[in-house]
Amino acid sequence: MLDNYLHILIFILVASLISIAPPILGSLLGPRRAYAEKDSPYECGFAAFENARMQFDVRYYLVAILFIVFDLEIAFLFPWAIVVKELGMAGFMAMFVFLGILVVGFIYEWKKGALEWE
Amino acid sequence: MELWSLLPVPVQSLIATVLIILPLLGVVAWYTYAERKVIGYMQVRIGPNRVGWRGLLQPIADALKLMMKEIIIPTQANKQLFLIAPMISIIPALAAWAVIPFDAGLVLADINAGLLYVLAMTSLGVYGVIIAGWASNSKYAFLGSLRAAAQIVAYEIAMGFALVGVLVAAGSLNFSAIVMAQQGGVWHWFWLPLLPLFGVYYISGVAETNRAPFDVAEGESEIVAGFHVEYSGMAFAIFFLAEYANMVLIAMLTTLMFFGGWLSPFQGIPVLESLFAGVPGIIWLLIKTFFFMFTFLWLRATFPRYRYDQIMRLGWKVFIPITIVWILVVALAVVFEVSPWWSATA
Repeated sequence: MLDNYLHILIFILVASLISIAPPILGSLLGPRRAYAEKDSPYECGFAAFENARMQFDVRYYLVAILFIVFDLEIAFLFPWAIVVKELGMAGFMAMFVFLGILVVGFIYEWKKGALEWE
Repeated sequence: MELWSLLPVPVQSLIATVLIILPLLGVVAWYTYAERKVIGYMQVRIGPNRVGWRGLLQPIADALKLMMKEIIIPTQANKQLFLIAPMISIIPALAAWAVIPFDAGLVLADINAGLLYVLAMTSLGVYGVIIAGWASNSKYAFLGSLRAAAQIVAYEIAMGFALVGVLVAAGSLNFSAIVMAQQGGVWHWFWLPLLPLFGVYYISGVAETNRAPFDVAEGESEIVAGFHVEYSGMAFAIFFLAEYANMVLIAMLTTLMFFGGWLSPFQGIPVLESLFAGVPGIIWLLIKTFFFMFTFLWLRATFPRYRYDQIMRLGWKVFIPITIVWILVVALAVVFEVSPWWSATA
């Protein structure tokens, strides 16, 4: 059993090597002729007049918060999903209540307009 | 065989790893060629045709060209994060392949939590995008990464719920067990009882990989290339590789979870079953996977780009309700052992 996780570890190490090798190769083979204009942030033909660290819409932040809530629900559902067949009707009803509470929250945020995007 | 078992385990897994990753990188390289060729023909062009026979060596030429190009690191960029971001994109995209079974018993790491591991790995990909957009310190990159992050997390929920449906149906997190739960020919595969989840999973997969028609994160015509606008040469190539490796992974996972993996579609059909009995499972697996890889290209050639509010509406207001309802339907079907998929003997 532990062998399997050793396989995964070695797989990840090889994947890391593959991710490191091309940039090293590229920096060895490619030129490096830097000057101020080339190394400035991309802009369509004029000098950038604003910092990139700018304000952004709060909705992105809201989406991230909602994501955490729902992703946690999914994490709760995983173990239940595996054994629902053995649990039978009782297990189904338990998760029905759980999902019901989740849906109430979902409807609330829908009505509050947290999912609107214009 | 005896020689194989004599080798120390780390050497065995190293050999097996290389045997998985090398063909995978080959598939990814020629997938980019296939994309240009397929979309070319769909638009009544012929696509690349100069390098090699019908342009078949184009990916090699591209790789060589990218290798000779300068890797530009913008002065204002956060240098360490800028260089780490592409690695964070590609390592999970490759690492997820460690648990994928290619045939009955032909799997490197046959762990019980296979699907959980893949879900964890594919979820990590979003960090590469966010870090790249942030570290570039460029407006376009920043906007692109914000859009990508919000879109990826929105569709990840729909995807996660769809996976829960698969788990309910299969009763296991192990990929081999999920495939074996679909035995009995094409009507026993999960695409039929889980049809809405299959649709949600596949479309979410397209959105997760930022592919057209969900490619607002790159949006060539508005934010030039989104999160990787500041990347050049091999650093850009890594993002490119990661995107295509993820597409192949989504196609493979769709095959494993909804289309019976390596199982023959003719199981239980009298004449055809014996006729195709000699076809090895990996051939079926690859045929199905290549079909889904083709549909990625097909979608890109067919559909115009979605508007961002439409994307978010589809993810939150359509997919999540569908999946929640269908999880309950599937759970009921499993509890009441609805035949032919969940009959008591199976």
